[in-house]
Amino acid sequence: MTDMTLNPIFETICRVKSNEPINREYRLIVLDAPSHILKCEPGQFFHLLCPTKGDLRPYLRRPMSIYGFYPEAGELHFLYKIAGEGTAALSALEAGENLNVVGPLGHGFDIQDDWQKLMVVARGVGLATLAPLAQKAQQMGRKLTAICSARSPEVLMSIDHFKALGAEVITVTDSEGTSGVEALEQLIEAHIQAEGVDAFYTCGSNRLLTMLQTICARHGIPGQIALEQQMACGVGMCQCCVRSFRRKDKIIHERVCKEGPVFNLQEAMGC
Amino acid sequence: MLDLSVNIGAMRLKNPIMPASGTFSEDCAKLFDIDALGAHVTKTITRDIRGGNPTPRVCEVRGSMLNSIGIPSKGVDYFKTNVIPFYDQYQTPLVVSISAGSADEFAQICEEVSVPGVAAIEVNISCPNIEADGKAFAMRPSTTEAVMRKLRAATDLPLWAKLTPNTGETTEVAQAAESAGADALVVANTMLSMAIDIHTRKPKLGNLMGGLSGPALKPIALRMVYQCAKAVSIPVIGCGGIATVEDVVEYLIAGASAVQVGTATFISPTVMVRLISELEAFLRTEGLSSVSELIGSIRDEEASDGVFFAEAAE
Repeated sequence: MTDMTLNPIFETICRVKSNEPINREYRLIVLDAPSHILKCEPGQFFHLLCPTKGDLRPYLRRPMSIYGFYPEAGELHFLYKIAGEGTAALSALEAGENLNVVGPLGHGFDIQDDWQKLMVVARGVGLATLAPLAQKAQQMGRKLTAICSARSPEVLMSIDHFKALGAEVITVTDSEGTSGVEALEQLIEAHIQAEGVDAFYTCGSNRLLTMLQTICARHGIPGQIALEQQMACGVGMCQCCVRSFRRKDKIIHERVCKEGPVFNLQEAMGC
Repeated sequence: MLDLSVNIGAMRLKNPIMPASGTFSEDCAKLFDIDALGAHVTKTITRDIRGGNPTPRVCEVRGSMLNSIGIPSKGVDYFKTNVIPFYDQYQTPLVVSISAGSADEFAQICEEVSVPGVAAIEVNISCPNIEADGKAFAMRPSTTEAVMRKLRAATDLPLWAKLTPNTGETTEVAQAAESAGADALVVANTMLSMAIDIHTRKPKLGNLMGGLSGPALKPIALRMVYQCAKAVSIPVIGCGGIATVEDVVEYLIAGASAVQVGTATFISPTVMVRLISELEAFLRTEGLSSVSELIGSIRDEEASDGVFFAEAAE
């Protein structure tokens, strides 16, 4: 029998409810999903079998972090940017078509009992990964501040979504000159001084990783980061998606799909 | 009553569908009932603890993939303490895949994994042999025979030799493995390949080159299965690009007694259970009562000149 004792994984065909651009760069796909696959944790991902569409013939599945999961509505949401053949094929899916998904996969973000004041720092599509964390923080009655970074104000994403989830939102952009490491560091330091931060959450960029590692080490604040890597299987068997981590003075490899995608911020290494 | 069972030497498998090494793990039990499979084949382990190759370890090419994982291994002790007990919960026979850089080390790990709970040992002789300038053991009949003799002396368990497509001497290598005591052949491993990003001009794999797997490999591995099945009297297990029941049947007709499914599991992790029921449906539709009626049933009587030509060209 299938070993359902711990975190079952499902391969499921879902119907596309909608798949529309939400701004100049990003699109939102909403799937009609059975509730048993929606027992998700913020930070987890699904492995999507992007369709064959005309000349677009992606072969391997594409991992995509969950933007929203709504068991009552039976909906699974992904926010994405067209970055290659897989996401281009995904964008060609129309309402009523099917998408084969495998998941939920990986280990998500923790909110420990004594982490009352949370700060999220993310840029671009990384905000999608962190949106479900804001929802969980709201459910747990934690205070969450989100620093949302983007190239320009027009492509800032999910601001209203974060606000609706009770988060305080601070926006920074390249075009306004507010998103550089120095400016960000000052902003975060000021926030730590004024209100305090119990835990940081981020994803993606090496630049944010290095900056947050420094700030967190300086103040002894814990942090978590969601990482990416090219994947094949997505469930732990192939060992393709390893990244390096610093743990107890040693460099170790862990799989982004299985041990991650969320890791201890201080152990993570850029790539 | 349809009979899906097959014999691999003295081993009886309830059906001919099993995973290819490296594309199956305990994680699969979270996705489907792994006791449905004909056998469980583990990812290759080595004696020493190995980290594996630099990333990226995988890239896709049209309709197939390249990998260069580099056999990361937690070693034999971890395997005995954690992996074997996990598979002990299941009825399905456990096949352990092993590898080593020299014939003596190979024999040593072979002896170490010959323990209760292990039904057969798949020896990945397609990996580089450090005593032969990194050329895989199974590239040549002489190195195949030498390593297989040492392996044969190291265990009483059935030995399955996993061959490489990176050879011009397929039948000679197959015969060398058989004469040195292999109980079955697994045909074949991935084919050495390369892909380059034309914008960065960098190889797409961290290790520069890697193994091609997926549907693009199928005609090559199928040809090898056909050649090997003709050349030896031990069972041949087909492996390479199997994704559909038609692929399974094609391999069986070519002479495979069973098949391994690898890359297709990455595309659909539940594909193997589907293939088992589709194979049963195929037998029913074709009016056959057993899988054994398909094995080696190729009608190639009039093609002997073609075979001769192809082998001469190899």
